[in-house]
Amino acid sequence: MVLNGKKAVVTGASRGIGRAIAMSLAEAGADVLVNYTNDAEAAEKVCSDIEKLGRQSIAHRANIADPEQASSMIQLAVKQLGRVDILVNNAGITRDNLVAVLRDEDWDSVLSINLKGAFNCVRAVTRPMLKAKWGRIINISSIIAYTGNVGQANYAASKGGLIAFTKSVAQELGSRKITVNAIAPGYIETDMTQGLPETFREKMLSRIALGRLGRPEEIGSVAVFLASDAASYITGQTIIVDGGLAV
Amino acid sequence: MSSSESIAEKVKAIIVEQLGVEEEEVNIDSSFIEDLGADSLDIVELVMAFEEEFDIVIPDENAEKIRTVGQAVKYIQDHR
Repeated sequence: MVLNGKKAVVTGASRGIGRAIAMSLAEAGADVLVNYTNDAEAAEKVCSDIEKLGRQSIAHRANIADPEQASSMIQLAVKQLGRVDILVNNAGITRDNLVAVLRDEDWDSVLSINLKGAFNCVRAVTRPMLKAKWGRIINISSIIAYTGNVGQANYAASKGGLIAFTKSVAQELGSRKITVNAIAPGYIETDMTQGLPETFREKMLSRIALGRLGRPEEIGSVAVFLASDAASYITGQTIIVDGGLAV
Repeated sequence: MSSSESIAEKVKAIIVEQLGVEEEEVNIDSSFIEDLGADSLDIVELVMAFEEEFDIVIPDENAEKIRTVGQAVKYIQDHR
């Protein structure tokens, strides 16, 4: 298994793409800390599914927008798993509205969780990764970073910010064998896209070369690749996984 | 061995390991950047190593003032 014995932290891993990434990493041999904010039951279920694979798993509640909670989460992972080799910054929310009427709190909460949350976790994991002189950081961006989207100025800004953040941190940490990459998923079957209006879904489908939405595990497999030795010479990149979406 | 000597020895050992330099190159007035070839990330790692070895916290604003081996030894002596 390509990630045998590796230790991973995945934020926002109780459902959707985060859950699939946690499962894919575990299937590839990694032990995983499953971070969540609300649904303890769902997070525990992910952990028990991971343990069924013979891997170690910890469910940990933390609001990563808070630097202290992000930092204690990484410390806990180091303490209980021994190290953190892989950090996947997946936690993200949407608070859609037209920019003309977008409320301050909806701008702030999306930026705090999606962008600052990733920074908080990266800063916290830098110390153990520098010490180990090895690490893999994977930031989950979005196709919306490239295309923009009506009603998602906050979300698009946060996801575009993640791509620029990825490039910068990759340059800072490359000399210590720490790679930093991003994945930009297109439309994936999750609770987040379930909420889209049916007409929008149909319009989207007509533009996707593969003619269907993506499955969460199709993001998980790319995360496994980026975390593995197969991707040892890739850093600062964003891999678009969108089924061939033409805008 | 007095405690200042043992701190200096430990600091020297950390510098040799972190920066991959020869022990003879590390003098009390050596500058990390100019004399020992450290870059900014090396300095961050050095400070982290000092914090762990001596069980202290070196705030960023103080870390920025530690440019030489002697300054590191003095800071650690004053703050343990």
